[in-house]
Amino acid sequence: MIEQIFTASVLASTIRLATPYIFASIGEAFGQRSGVLNLGVDGIMLMGAFASFYAVYTTDSLVLGLLAAILVGGLMGLAMAFISVTLKARQGISGIGLYLFGLGMSELLYQELIGTPKSVAGFPRIYIPGLSDIEFLGIGEIFFRHNLLVYVAFALVPVAAFVFNRTPFGLMIRAVGQNPEAADAMGVNVAKVRYITVIVGGVLAGIAGASLSTALLKVFQQNLTAGLGFIAVALVYFGGWRPYGVLAGALLFSFVNALQLQINAIGIDIPSEFAVMAPYVITIIALIFAAKRTEKPTALTRPFERGG
Amino acid sequence: MALSQFRVRTGRIFDALPVGVALLLALVVASGLLIALQVSPVTAYTALLEGAVGTENAFAETLVKAIPIMFVAIGICIAFRGGVVNIGGEGQMIAGALAGVTTALVLGESLGGLVIPLAIGAGFLAGALYGGLAGFLKAYFDVNEILSTIMLNQIAAQMMNFLLNGILLDPAEAGLNNVPKTARIVRMAELPRLSITLPDFVADLFNVQNVELFARTRLHTGLLVAVLLAVLTYVLLWRTSIGYRIRAVGQNDRAARYAGIHVRRYTVLAMFLSGGFAGLAGVVQVLGLQYRLQTDGSPTGFTGSAGFNGIVAALFGGLNPLGAIPASVFFGGLLVGAQKMQREVGVSASLITAINGIIVIFVVSSQIFVRRRTQRRLSEAEQVVNEAQPEEMRQPI
Repeated sequence: MIEQIFTASVLASTIRLATPYIFASIGEAFGQRSGVLNLGVDGIMLMGAFASFYAVYTTDSLVLGLLAAILVGGLMGLAMAFISVTLKARQGISGIGLYLFGLGMSELLYQELIGTPKSVAGFPRIYIPGLSDIEFLGIGEIFFRHNLLVYVAFALVPVAAFVFNRTPFGLMIRAVGQNPEAADAMGVNVAKVRYITVIVGGVLAGIAGASLSTALLKVFQQNLTAGLGFIAVALVYFGGWRPYGVLAGALLFSFVNALQLQINAIGIDIPSEFAVMAPYVITIIALIFAAKRTEKPTALTRPFERGG
Repeated sequence: MALSQFRVRTGRIFDALPVGVALLLALVVASGLLIALQVSPVTAYTALLEGAVGTENAFAETLVKAIPIMFVAIGICIAFRGGVVNIGGEGQMIAGALAGVTTALVLGESLGGLVIPLAIGAGFLAGALYGGLAGFLKAYFDVNEILSTIMLNQIAAQMMNFLLNGILLDPAEAGLNNVPKTARIVRMAELPRLSITLPDFVADLFNVQNVELFARTRLHTGLLVAVLLAVLTYVLLWRTSIGYRIRAVGQNDRAARYAGIHVRRYTVLAMFLSGGFAGLAGVVQVLGLQYRLQTDGSPTGFTGSAGFNGIVAALFGGLNPLGAIPASVFFGGLLVGAQKMQREVGVSASLITAINGIIVIFVVSSQIFVRRRTQRRLSEAEQVVNEAQPEEMRQPI
């Protein structure tokens, strides 16, 4: 049983499927650490997924595909920052608005510009010389035969941790998220920090979408993400707002996903509906345990009013 | 005195203004999109308008579409007023429909006409419990209700697929087309159709006789139930102590706690009632329109996204149940009209989803201007009081 679950191919697809979660969740962690809850991640991912798919489909250029996702994600992040920081709108609801916009807009553009199901070659697998040949425990197959975005996603985690914990800017982010009044009194530009983190979050959500449409699935269709962006938001709570915690959550979820895809091959006899349901049930349970964490940014979802 | 009354009146009008401006801006954005798609906005909007209200049947379809949106929107008003963001309308609708259709199928004709109130009651309760669960997790475990309700939506959709492919599957369907749907409910459990006999003078005006409006359409009495409950919910929220406490918790939970209100209990209650209304949306959809529960397997296959659109309508109606009535009809018309627009002008109906998103963003963003005006009014009031004070003090005590 255990040998059937932890096969090299399940673990390899766990690593691969973790990519969109990691990009989106790490991006969301930037925003949340500074006190902004962006619930529009799924909508940004959809727009990023479409933009990069369309760019790759029409130009065959993966670079342009990535740039399109970055641009669209950044613009939607900018919109969210304007709405939640400058206009101080209720973050939960405005995020749902952004999600609906992305959901409708990406489908509209898909219908108008492409219309019928198409696929692209997308990001090729890169076999890391030497390492990808390791037969021992299937290490080569599990870790070193993935597309570029997989490697970038995993490299992003220590980078984000470094930024949060070891740089002056990371200190500013945390200060703004914990106590914006005090940060403001110390001369930190609260609005500017939040703008930057939310735009970074948007860019990463855009890349998360691109990783789905041009690297993992290599197709675009209506509602491609199927709510993956919302799980990414939940993973930030799950991971206690720390990049390595987020990574652990992403791996857990992608493992459940990978298992679910191969559940029949493995020979576990449960209805497919329950297999699809499992990640969502786990998310709720995880949220119950995550809620008591003390690392939660105290100013999360609270707009900053100067001299208020 | 007269002046201050005037100010209050115009103030009310200004409160509605952000919603109007939001709509106007959304219209501008939509026009821009249409122009970008090389479609004349005038042609598109004409098709949309004709599709929504152009004929008797079109208008009836608009109202039919508005019914579940209205139920959900009424519930959303309660939740948002109570400070909880209920995104779980979709899942709660499914819970209500599952409970309602099961009740109707099990009872059959055994209890006569009682089957309708019992099925509706079961639908309300199932939606309420499903919503209440998210409220409970928020109140007692500090679980973000937006995230939990989104997860519960997915769980409910999968549960529905499981049941409709299993024990609830129509025996006549088994092994045939594999369309996931239940058996048809008995005629006794159907909500009656709704038609309106025009008064004589109206009929004379159009030179017709004995006209029954909506006689040959799918419009059903669920509409009357929704409108009645909207009025009752308005009374609940603004004329009863329970409603006052729900709103107090939503306005400022800390102050509510100091005032002796059991905050957690009212958070759960707000989500319970909100979920119940979404449950009603689901069961009424079954008893009034489809006469069975059926889906295409996708999460929105049964609900038609009414659980999401109800949020948009509630915001658009100013989070007031009475405002939710016209707002739901408006969005029902938008969705029905979009179908005709898609057929005639070739613009995907998903445009409406995008526009809904923009409307939500604009309405929520415009709150800052309402707040600023309130602050300005408050400081003006302080000034008036300060100026008045010396005079008051001059008066002999």
